[in-house]
Amino acid sequence: MAEVDKDKLYQFLLRMGDNTLILGHRVSEWCGHSPVLEEDIALANTALDLIGQTQMWLGYAGEVQGEGKSADDLAFLRDAWDFRNVLLVELPNGDFGRTMMRQFLYDAWSSIMLGHLQKSTDERIAAIAAKASKEAAYHVERSSGTVVGLGDGTEESHNRMQAALDYLWPYVGEMFASDEIDLAMAAAGIAPDPANLRDEYDALVGRVLDEATLAIPAGNYVHKGGRDGRMHTEHLGHLLCEMQWLQRAYPGCEW
Amino acid sequence: MYAQMVKTASNRVKTREEMSPEEQHFQDKIDNDVKIEPKDWMPEDYRRTLIRQIGQHAHSEVVGQLPEGNWITRAPTLERKAILLAKVQDEAGHGLYLYSAAETLGVSRDELIELLHEGKMKYSSIFNYPTLNWADIGAVGWLVDGAAIINQVALQRTSYGPYSRAMIRICKEESFHARQGYSAIMKMAFGTPEQKKMAQDAVNRLWFPALMMFGPSDKDSVHSEQSMAWKIKVKTNDELRQQFVDQTVPQIDYLGLERPDPTIKWNEERGHYDFAMPDWDEFFNVIKGNGPCNADRMENRRKAWEDGAWVREGLLEHARKKAARKVAAE
Ligand SMILES: [Fe+2]
Ligand SMILES: [Fe+2]
Repeated sequence: MAEVDKDKLYQFLLRMGDNTLILGHRVSEWCGHSPVLEEDIALANTALDLIGQTQMWLGYAGEVQGEGKSADDLAFLRDAWDFRNVLLVELPNGDFGRTMMRQFLYDAWSSIMLGHLQKSTDERIAAIAAKASKEAAYHVERSSGTVVGLGDGTEESHNRMQAALDYLWPYVGEMFASDEIDLAMAAAGIAPDPANLRDEYDALVGRVLDEATLAIPAGNYVHKGGRDGRMHTEHLGHLLCEMQWLQRAYPGCEW
Repeated sequence: MYAQMVKTASNRVKTREEMSPEEQHFQDKIDNDVKIEPKDWMPEDYRRTLIRQIGQHAHSEVVGQLPEGNWITRAPTLERKAILLAKVQDEAGHGLYLYSAAETLGVSRDELIELLHEGKMKYSSIFNYPTLNWADIGAVGWLVDGAAIINQVALQRTSYGPYSRAMIRICKEESFHARQGYSAIMKMAFGTPEQKKMAQDAVNRLWFPALMMFGPSDKDSVHSEQSMAWKIKVKTNDELRQQFVDQTVPQIDYLGLERPDPTIKWNEERGHYDFAMPDWDEFFNVIKGNGPCNADRMENRRKAWEDGAWVREGLLEHARKKAARKVAAE
């Protein structure tokens, strides 16, 4: 592995692990409340995979950081400004259509990203990606199927899916923003420059949305601020209140 | 036990002389432990009783997601969150197998769900109690899944083939849940004083509701006789409850927690623990809809169903369009 700045590597791992942590949390909010029993099962399964990936990413992040922190320490004891997930995953679930559209937009990115990460010069990252990309392939197959089914369903389901896409699309661009951390990862062969993944992503997403009879909205404004921690949404703080409450209220316990 | 007070469709057990030749043949199969399969002839009352019992059981698995789901977003570690998610996912899967078993009797999942939402079918009383602190999640796995297993192990021998096979499959997962639940509450009982307090609070609150899961005492249980004759039920409520108490009291003692019922005492002569019965007035109130969570649970389930209508319709319509396009292309 090429020499790389430890702090930059740490930040990169937080970006990966915080995405899966926060999205896993959001998806798990559906447990017992979804439209049909098969979806309860599928959503729980997706959340479970994402939490499993979080344990791997944040576990490694803690090691790289070198302060003796566990994945749990990082998940439950950081404040909002230290989180590095994209804004897309912290947005509230909305209706089932919005949840599934967000899942698809994320899964498409994640399946492509993890595919590249399997070739990482960092063996640990390559190993995590190898395991996670099997799950991501299944997730994107499932979420794209749902997006097509609901987009090309009834008039109501079509309208709801289009509304979901209109709402979420401005958050997609952040997954492809690159900064000096990404450039350092790319230079060391650890991870691809996200900007270079955009064509592959647009092809995949375009094909599925086309089949779903949905139109990508015209505007090209991009909401950013999550993956560099500059400015999260108001929603993240509430999510953390819930997620971190026990660890914060009863510090130092074993659970 | 996820099926309590299931009404048998008929009032009393027929004598052999009163049975038609078909009924006699049916009863002979049952008496010889030959499983009844979906295509076999069966008395209408047997079919209706089973639909009630399996339906109630299925609903319990589904509604049971709610009290545990209540803690998924607050689970204190990633591992605990994963364990809980996997458990709740299993419970939804149990619901699915059981609805499929009921479907073999000629009733659809959607029909059963409608009946639940109209208040015409029940689910286990236990899920009308709240989960108030994190130790409840351990206690639910240990006590509630533990009580369910005792009933369901007995039901593996039930006369209806698809139900029996569903029980065999489900029991394996339930034992896993019970073990994980016990290990979670162990952490709490052996943890800090606050954690121990949570564990004690959970056991105190959930003990009597867990005993209620087996249904009323045999002397007050009017519908058992026919169900026993048909081997829809295999052991009586009181037998199962005693088995649960005998198995659980030493586990409470091992945790170093106070027994939630001070009258629990080993009875040398009987070879069992003596214990206090739950408050049956409270039980009948919960069954009637007056439990602490009945209204919320049903509102949540109805809301999920109604909010999801457009999704179910959308996916159906898509499947129709796709089929039509395929036909058009041929
Ligand atoms: Fe279950
Ligand atoms: Fe269970």
